[in-house]
Amino acid sequence: MALMADTQRTLSPGPRGVWGWLTTVDHKRIGLLYAVTAALFFFIGGVEALLVRMQLFQPNGEVLSSDAYNQLFTMHGLTMVFLVIMPIAAAFTNYFLPILVGARDVAFPRLNAFSYWLFLFSGLLVYSSFLVGGAPDGAWVGYAPLSTQLEEVVRMDFWTVGLQLLGVASIASSANFIATVFTMRAPGMTMLRMPVFVWMALVVAFLLIFSLPAVGIGLFQLFIDRNFGGLFYAAEAGADPLLWQHLFWVFGHPEVYVLILPAMGIVSEVLPVFSRKPLFGYPFIVFSGAAIGFIGFGVWSHHMFTSGMGPIAEAGFGVATMIIAVPTGVKIFNWIGTTWGGRIRFSTPMLFSLGFIAMFVIGGLSGVTHSVIPADTQQHDTYYVVAHFHYVLFGGAVFGYVAGVYYWFPKWTGRLLDESLGKLHFWLALIGFNLTFGPMHILGLNGQPRRTYRYGENLGWDFWNQIATIGAFIILVSFLVFAWNIISSHFLRRGRPAGRDPWDGRTLEWTIESPPPVHNFDEVPQVHALDEFWHRKYAEDDEGRAVRMPDVTGGAVTVETDSGGDGDAHGDIHMPSPSYYPALASAGLVTMGAGFVYLPWGWLAVGVGAVISMWAFFGWSLEPITREH
Amino acid sequence: MRRRVRRGRCVYPACALALLGVILAGCSGSGPQSSLEPAGPSARDIDGLWRLVLVLATIVFVIVAAGMVVAMVRFRERPGDTREPKQLHGNTALEITWTIIPAVLLAIIAVPTLQQHFELRDEPDGPRLDVTVIGHQWWWEFTYPGLTDAEGAPLTTANELHLPAGQPVYLTMTSVDVIHSFWVPPLNGKRDVVPGRVTNLKLEADASVPSEDFGFGPGVILGQCAEFCGLAHADMRLRVFVHSPADFDAWVERQLAPAAEPTGTGPIATGYQTFELVCTACHQARVAGSGGVERLGQGVTVDVDGESFDAALAPDLTHFGSRTTFGGASFDATRDHLARWLANPSDLKPMAPERNDIAAGRILGMPNLGLTTDEIDGLVELLESWQ
Repeated sequence: MALMADTQRTLSPGPRGVWGWLTTVDHKRIGLLYAVTAALFFFIGGVEALLVRMQLFQPNGEVLSSDAYNQLFTMHGLTMVFLVIMPIAAAFTNYFLPILVGARDVAFPRLNAFSYWLFLFSGLLVYSSFLVGGAPDGAWVGYAPLSTQLEEVVRMDFWTVGLQLLGVASIASSANFIATVFTMRAPGMTMLRMPVFVWMALVVAFLLIFSLPAVGIGLFQLFIDRNFGGLFYAAEAGADPLLWQHLFWVFGHPEVYVLILPAMGIVSEVLPVFSRKPLFGYPFIVFSGAAIGFIGFGVWSHHMFTSGMGPIAEAGFGVATMIIAVPTGVKIFNWIGTTWGGRIRFSTPMLFSLGFIAMFVIGGLSGVTHSVIPADTQQHDTYYVVAHFHYVLFGGAVFGYVAGVYYWFPKWTGRLLDESLGKLHFWLALIGFNLTFGPMHILGLNGQPRRTYRYGENLGWDFWNQIATIGAFIILVSFLVFAWNIISSHFLRRGRPAGRDPWDGRTLEWTIESPPPVHNFDEVPQVHALDEFWHRKYAEDDEGRAVRMPDVTGGAVTVETDSGGDGDAHGDIHMPSPSYYPALASAGLVTMGAGFVYLPWGWLAVGVGAVISMWAFFGWSLEPITREH
Repeated sequence: MRRRVRRGRCVYPACALALLGVILAGCSGSGPQSSLEPAGPSARDIDGLWRLVLVLATIVFVIVAAGMVVAMVRFRERPGDTREPKQLHGNTALEITWTIIPAVLLAIIAVPTLQQHFELRDEPDGPRLDVTVIGHQWWWEFTYPGLTDAEGAPLTTANELHLPAGQPVYLTMTSVDVIHSFWVPPLNGKRDVVPGRVTNLKLEADASVPSEDFGFGPGVILGQCAEFCGLAHADMRLRVFVHSPADFDAWVERQLAPAAEPTGTGPIATGYQTFELVCTACHQARVAGSGGVERLGQGVTVDVDGESFDAALAPDLTHFGSRTTFGGASFDATRDHLARWLANPSDLKPMAPERNDIAAGRILGMPNLGLTTDEIDGLVELLESWQ
């Protein structure tokens, strides 16, 4: 890929070509790998959504069979959650978390590569199911006993095994990010001087580490039920299938915050830059993010208000769900407070960030209606819920990540994306999004259940379903514009050269070249304040207005560095060596996973995969860590 | 230049108003399966709560959106504007205020929510009609344990639930396979139907419903399974027929009577032979012949939480001719549909009969029985005659 080849030339003195990418342990290149992979899966997941919308365009649609429909909506959900939003968040975190805290890489560079390859191979494993008899078809939540019922079909084993492996990848990268934040911050970068994006990434890492084990256990149980006659979820043997729902949602609800918090972090970076004001109430935003993380573990059963848990438990989870709306609301008000009194530039990153706020407010408010338990018994499992979580995860998270792409693309590639195309993308996306998902509120309240491949006539659903399908194609057009923008700016080299600091930024990534050198910082920066870079460029006058310091021109700022003289000067920088062991270890694990899908003869593949991954882990542990250059 | 901008500003509100008009137009005429047109007290309570939250949420949205718009208009960068903004880092009093206000709003919502919640989950007081609901892939079995025939067999029907208006009904529900969810939006919210568990739901239809037409005939309300349950989840629908009490009693009386065994020759007799020979492997019927009332077919017993539920393998056909739909209330019970169904059920509804295991009581749909045209004609005649 030209994007990769080009970046590599500027970035890295390490091996070139495919081998260079396979063995890279550079957090920036791994970040780009995450981004490109997520973009490809976004395209696939989008096509799945369009097929679903075509099927639902009119009553008794005949575009898809029930079987195909069930596979497509299951894979759409699984793809967008695990193979698009989580990895695009991982892309930003990988690329920018070390730079934003003034580090030269993550704490465990090879573990970082391992996470990426495990994610990629697991995603490919799940998708290979389409070629061998059908994709998972039990919805991304895989409720037992439907998911254990069809034991003679391997489809849902692709799902149990695939999710399990993706979980391993996420836990590994979470541990990595936590260690990076706790141990590798530049001198002076105290916790409360960290950019909000770093804070949100940290909260997300903890959420994943604590929530993934729950669903991991559940997935093992489902796998045993399906393949070895286990009875974990067999009602006829006295088991309670609701246990699965608890284990799934005690992961699944924190997962929602895993998807949205990094986007909130990006928006919290973009708003101050384009308002030329600091973030309003930084501590409030940071602590409300942490509060959302904590309370997020106590609301999972609001996904189960109709399951018959009992009125007392339902009441408790309803109130907890209302409480989590408070820290969420705080963020919204603080964001608006950030723009208030500023000098707002409506560049594309800002447009998407403002779009994020507006759409997320709608999604958040419809979320509050779910905490009203009786109302939720009408809304649950209908298109109203589909509307709600797309307002949170598309109008919210995806808009936030798109804002991040427009914002940081110049840092990745050295070129800006085109502003006119960016604005066209934004308006088409905003209109298409609202046409697609706005009507779904009405459809759900009018009784259309989700996960149904067809509906009858005369139910009053035809009109809004048609609007929704038209809207979905407008979204397609908007993202084609986006793709063209990227191709045109980067591949055709039409993008305006960005320089170091195209937006007059506030944080450390804008102090270094675009794209950054492999070691990020020639000399490790000394940090004195939140928004360190801004304070190097601007002082404040008596009124508190920013005043550009006279000795500063453009983005080329002399960066004050840690003058401690600890031998960390340029020319003596230790960077980790490339290694093929992480990719090999992942390939071994995924080979084992593929074997588990096809038991009993799959035991052979399990054995082969085990040997490969053992070999790789062994080689990895004996390999020297750094080379000098 | 300035003039163009002004005109633009007038156009936006006009567009917004037009859009709002379209949305409101779409909301009216909500349809026969809508939670926005309640036809019973439970659904009406929920609707009231929903409208309260909708109003509050709309107010919050308007305030937030207004804040955003004002900020964007007032503080946008104008050409030649180089004055730097004041570097305001926050305002603790303001931030505490906008933490407390949402908390207060939520408390306002919490009080009626919890009140209504516990009321809705209570069993109905006083006299009530009990109905047992069994969820099957992919149809509903309804049994009225309090309404029995001369032999003591309870009234049983499938996919079409008949209720008296103005009387509390209490559903006791369980599933024989996977999780389903019973949902009739105009009457109440949904409640999952879970294997190995018993769940309950109360339904009550307004006294006026029998004379109201929601689009499918007077007194007919639609519902469907709301928890994804596999291939034919979309076709696991149901209809509720709300009768006046007198009409309901008459319906009960007709349903408790057995079907008649056909006499003589002709298509109906052929059909009956096929029925006895083939259909009763899964379907049940109570048939009155020369030797008295005979119960054809078999069922299974499911024990849940110490309670015993008699469940069928497939819908009871004793009064098939009185039903307006079949196949999970997804197909109008016309002769044409029925003939197509009998020729190959999976042609109409996606099912997985190849995984049936009758001995284990596991049925995932009606298989293609390879019936001849004569047999199909006969069965259609027979089933249509069993009113």
